[in-house]
Amino acid sequence: MTTTAENVTIQNAPGINPSADAIISIRNLRKWYQVGGGFLGFGEKVFLKAVDDVSFDIERNKTFGLVGESGCGKTTTLKLLLGLEEPTDGQIFYDGEDVSTMSKAGKTEFRRSVQAVFQDPWSSLNPRMRVRSIVGEPLEIATTMTKGQIATRVGDLLSETGLNPYQANLYPHEFSGGQRQRIGIARALALNPKVIALDEPVSALDVSIRAQIMNLLVDLQEEHGLAYLLVAHNLATVRYMCHDMAVMYLGVVQESGNTEAIFNNPMHIYTNALVSAALPSHPDIQREEFLLPGEVVSPINPPPGDVFMTRTPLEVDPTHQWANERPPLVEKEPGHWVVETPWSMAADAGLKVELTGHEGV
Amino acid sequence: MAESTEAAVEEKEVSTVAVDTDGFGASAAQDEVVLNVKDLQTHFTTRWGTVKAVDGVSYHVRRGETLGIVGESGSGKSVTALSLMRLVPSPPGSIVGGEVELGGRNLLELSESDMTEVRGGEISMILQDPMQALNPVFSIENQVGEAIKIHQDLKGDALWNKVVDSLRKVRIPAPESRAKDFPHQLSGGMRQRVVGAIGISSAPAVIIADEPTTSLDVTIQAAYLRLLRQIQQEEGVGIIFITHDFGIVAKMCDRVAVMYAGRIVEVADVRTIFNEPLHEYTKALIGSVPKLEEKSGRLPQIEGQPPLLYNLPQGDAFAPRSPLEFEPEDAERRPPLVEVEPEHWVQLSKSSVADYDKYSHLIPDDEGEG
Repeated sequence: MTTTAENVTIQNAPGINPSADAIISIRNLRKWYQVGGGFLGFGEKVFLKAVDDVSFDIERNKTFGLVGESGCGKTTTLKLLLGLEEPTDGQIFYDGEDVSTMSKAGKTEFRRSVQAVFQDPWSSLNPRMRVRSIVGEPLEIATTMTKGQIATRVGDLLSETGLNPYQANLYPHEFSGGQRQRIGIARALALNPKVIALDEPVSALDVSIRAQIMNLLVDLQEEHGLAYLLVAHNLATVRYMCHDMAVMYLGVVQESGNTEAIFNNPMHIYTNALVSAALPSHPDIQREEFLLPGEVVSPINPPPGDVFMTRTPLEVDPTHQWANERPPLVEKEPGHWVVETPWSMAADAGLKVELTGHEGV
Repeated sequence: MAESTEAAVEEKEVSTVAVDTDGFGASAAQDEVVLNVKDLQTHFTTRWGTVKAVDGVSYHVRRGETLGIVGESGSGKSVTALSLMRLVPSPPGSIVGGEVELGGRNLLELSESDMTEVRGGEISMILQDPMQALNPVFSIENQVGEAIKIHQDLKGDALWNKVVDSLRKVRIPAPESRAKDFPHQLSGGMRQRVVGAIGISSAPAVIIADEPTTSLDVTIQAAYLRLLRQIQQEEGVGIIFITHDFGIVAKMCDRVAVMYAGRIVEVADVRTIFNEPLHEYTKALIGSVPKLEEKSGRLPQIEGQPPLLYNLPQGDAFAPRSPLEFEPEDAERRPPLVEVEPEHWVQLSKSSVADYDKYSHLIPDDEGEG
């Protein structure tokens, strides 16, 4: 499947476990929004650094999870992948090829191969379109299929996502939340994509429906060999769905690697804070939750050094190298990367969280 | 059953507040019941027919206790809460039956002006979205003060002190200067604290918290839940926590009522609900949530969709989705809520409770098969 031979070699970067099977490679991606200054070339420009030097790989047939609090840049990263935002800097490689230098045909192919499912199935479906138009629209635009072929394909897609083909004539309001999310998934599948970006795909759904949708996504992944980029704030969902993951804070990846490695041994203080705050699955599980001092700092003109240094409970030496220069991700155990500074490691602060079940599992 | 009746008799002697006709809480005589809801029925008239959003719901809340009401959207959990506050929009909604006992009075029989006193006074509500609950054009001082003025005759410095005091209780840093701020100047977590300050400003006996943390980030959520607990311990207030998230239930609640299609299907203390749930719906809800503590295998899922409330079967509404064999008679007969163990109530039907035969002798004769 790999077609990297004739293409530019993709630079490896800290935080990435080398794999020949990457369908998407994101390298040193930046998205800065200018929010002030620089009027007529005078004054210092002020930037909101939503995503600042993020690199990761999404492998075929695997799910990569991005977690973090609001404003950490996870959704901006997803939008950059979908081409809904232009990166300020950095590259996105699709199947070994730099998207920014692709030919027009290549870009069209890329756009068809990377689809999205959004959080809110109430606002992501046009209420004035019938389901057959919603699901069939990508086929009308991007293929030369006839009306009859499209109708057949829409019927197949609806069956595949657990809906009934006769429901193609209904409008979105005639469906429940879970069914609407199925419509969204059917639309994303229409063009046989290789990658689907999932932006909080279950958080707006009822609990009894979430498992249905998560299982459907897992099944579709196996059947079609899909790669997923999952953006979520619920850590339990991430552990269930994702093979690899990255924890972001203020536009920067703080910890990344294999999902199980991270949950079994969360190293960064920020990761541990998230895990400690996550809700338990049983009343007998009492996790000592610790709260970081202060609030999430504004991503406007973040510190030039470690972005986490304003939130750490440990003392920061302002003359230290990493207080003035962005620290890199370091591979602390095979496939498990962490931003290591004198003030970032949970073990140094005595804040390590052990995730155990209620029977001491 | 005989034992629990005795306990109920004893309890009546100890506390005059806990008049317990349906038996809820009969076995815990030492705790004072502050709110007692009996056979509450709230219906909505729609063009598709009558929607029984709340269909005969009974529960109680004790002092200093957190009762979780869990259910999906459309289960009637929020309408139950609105009914307690008598805030159901009418038309189309109306409370057609039941009693809500608080401080020795039936709230459903109070005049509208008396009810205004009760709302935000003896019983208050913390809503989901702090941005909608607060008015953007009034300062925090103004909005917290307004709530206090309705219930207490305070002015000038005394009112100001009370406002600052309420904000301090919800751990808002620098309350004197924050009181002068407007809602948009505060973060989401701080706004939700202000809503909490309004909620507790008149020392209520019961607070209804309707998914107060769903719009917050995990770390902010954890801080807020911890705060609610602290306030509860300090003030001894009973909390009704409405949620669909079993994680919040596990963390916050002492007892849990699980609602489905306008009815309570199971009530028990939180450990019983997690360790020995009897109703298939409760089992399925808990089982279908991925666990943070371990890598979950494939999640068991509940098939089907929640039912449409204007078209509910007479009998067991969950029977069509239950993994157990469907018992045709359950479609017609309304399953009774039975106390199978002390303090553990289950809506008993063959289609939805695997241990039906073990407990069927507990069904009172007039509702039983006979």
